[in-house]
Amino acid sequence: MKRLGKVYTWLIMGFLYIPIFVLIVYSFNESKSRSVFTGFTFKWYKELFSNRLILSSLGNTLLIALVSSVFSTILGTAAAIGIQAMSKKMRSLVMNITYLPIIDPEIVTGVSLMLLFVYMRTKLHIPLEMGLITLAFAHITFNLPYVILNVIPKLRQLDHSVYEAALDLGCNPAQAFTKVVIPEIMPGIISGFLMAFTYSLDDFIISYFVSGPTSQTLPVTIYSMTRKKVSPEINALSTIIFIVVLAVLMLVNLYDMRQAKKKQEKID
Amino acid sequence: MRKAVAAPYLVWMAVFIVVPLGLIVLFAFTDSSGAFTLEHISQVGKYAGVIWRSILLAAISTVICLVLAYPLAFIISRKPENKQRTFLMLVMLPMWMNFLLRTYAWMTLLENTGLINRLLGLFGLGPFQMINTQGAVVLGMVYNYIPYMILPLYSVMVKIEPHIIEAAQDLGADSLNVLWKVLIPLSKTGIVTGITMVFVPAASTFIISKMLGGGTNLMVGDLIEMQFLGNAYNPNLGSAISLLLMVLILVCMFVMKSIDTEEEMEGMLL
Repeated sequence: MKRLGKVYTWLIMGFLYIPIFVLIVYSFNESKSRSVFTGFTFKWYKELFSNRLILSSLGNTLLIALVSSVFSTILGTAAAIGIQAMSKKMRSLVMNITYLPIIDPEIVTGVSLMLLFVYMRTKLHIPLEMGLITLAFAHITFNLPYVILNVIPKLRQLDHSVYEAALDLGCNPAQAFTKVVIPEIMPGIISGFLMAFTYSLDDFIISYFVSGPTSQTLPVTIYSMTRKKVSPEINALSTIIFIVVLAVLMLVNLYDMRQAKKKQEKID
Repeated sequence: MRKAVAAPYLVWMAVFIVVPLGLIVLFAFTDSSGAFTLEHISQVGKYAGVIWRSILLAAISTVICLVLAYPLAFIISRKPENKQRTFLMLVMLPMWMNFLLRTYAWMTLLENTGLINRLLGLFGLGPFQMINTQGAVVLGMVYNYIPYMILPLYSVMVKIEPHIIEAAQDLGADSLNVLWKVLIPLSKTGIVTGITMVFVPAASTFIISKMLGGGTNLMVGDLIEMQFLGNAYNPNLGSAISLLLMVLILVCMFVMKSIDTEEEMEGMLL
């Protein structure tokens, strides 16, 4: 039984990883073919790094991810604090609308924002061309729920008497807030920020509908590359992304393990 | 007083969530000149075949994901803690690669001159037509969305104490009974979350069907995309289809939620 479990686990892992490894192997393939391996080369990596479009869309992606996650973290944290103070009825109304971008199919969010931007330009005459600005607006919109959903549980756990104690000990409300409340909810803010940042990096569907021809993000560029059928640079790009993701995940894991060990030592 | 700090967000929410959805409704019920019409809503009926195909393919993929992920999530949840960590990381790693790249990988494998057909050719088999079929679309969806099934299942199963399973066995339950009467009821929350997290994106995808299904296996997502960015430019019809898709998904969510009333959003955050 135990052996069966092991075989099963590795079968699924094989299913998950074989396609990725095939991509990695072919990123070193000399010929453009996706099935015959003719020789080892770094050619595609060189071409990747001299591809202007890819580099500029990578820059756009990082810029949008950074701007939208910072902005949505600030706006979302403030929102969470305000929502927590609302009456029950109001709170559930606001939260239900907040959930909408998560629940709705992404394509609906994408086209609805596209309609909004087109409407603003044609009917309200706001000069808003599809580009970096519309991308940033869209990314902030779909990032906000993740920040709010990460911060609210921390606010709920917060012991209100700690805040009151700070007031009794002579803090004014602003000080009590920055010195007591913010540090307490910081883990939620950080995980909300990280989640927003990664979702923003990875988003294709919504960006596809609101990006202009001159301001694509990396996933949108990847999409136009896959339409061309054979483009070995994609293999090289996948390999690099795989290695970066692997490194980040391993670092996070290592950090978690250290933290857990420290905690254990404290208990001992 | 503290409520006031939410004010900027409320404005944002109104402009970027409520108004855009309102525009979808508005466009769905008006023609290009802005006059009220039911024409686009009634036109949606013409695409019943496409809508049905989307629901069917998404449902098949969801079932396959559930069947494949359930044993795996259980096996991982019974491993020692440090191994659990490693396997979770292995499940999440492909998730963080963009889904376009993952789908592209399958294009490479499934092509008529692709690796699988070449391997089969060595044994004198094939070549089989694999890409541009509905099977390929289902495979692509299962591959892309299976982590979203594994993770919520794992997160509820890891809380099931081994004693509970042992107790059931001591009381004479065989494996099948343990599964039906103990494991499945205790992991219901994870099953519900997993099904929603796979079904919603699968039913509304437009890229996987395009890349692996060729031009012949259109799905609702493709239909919507064509109305907004494609040759068939007609945002009114696109809005009508989007509205229908949104209503369908919300009804699904509502049904799933009523199956499991204690469902929390925690699984969704993974």
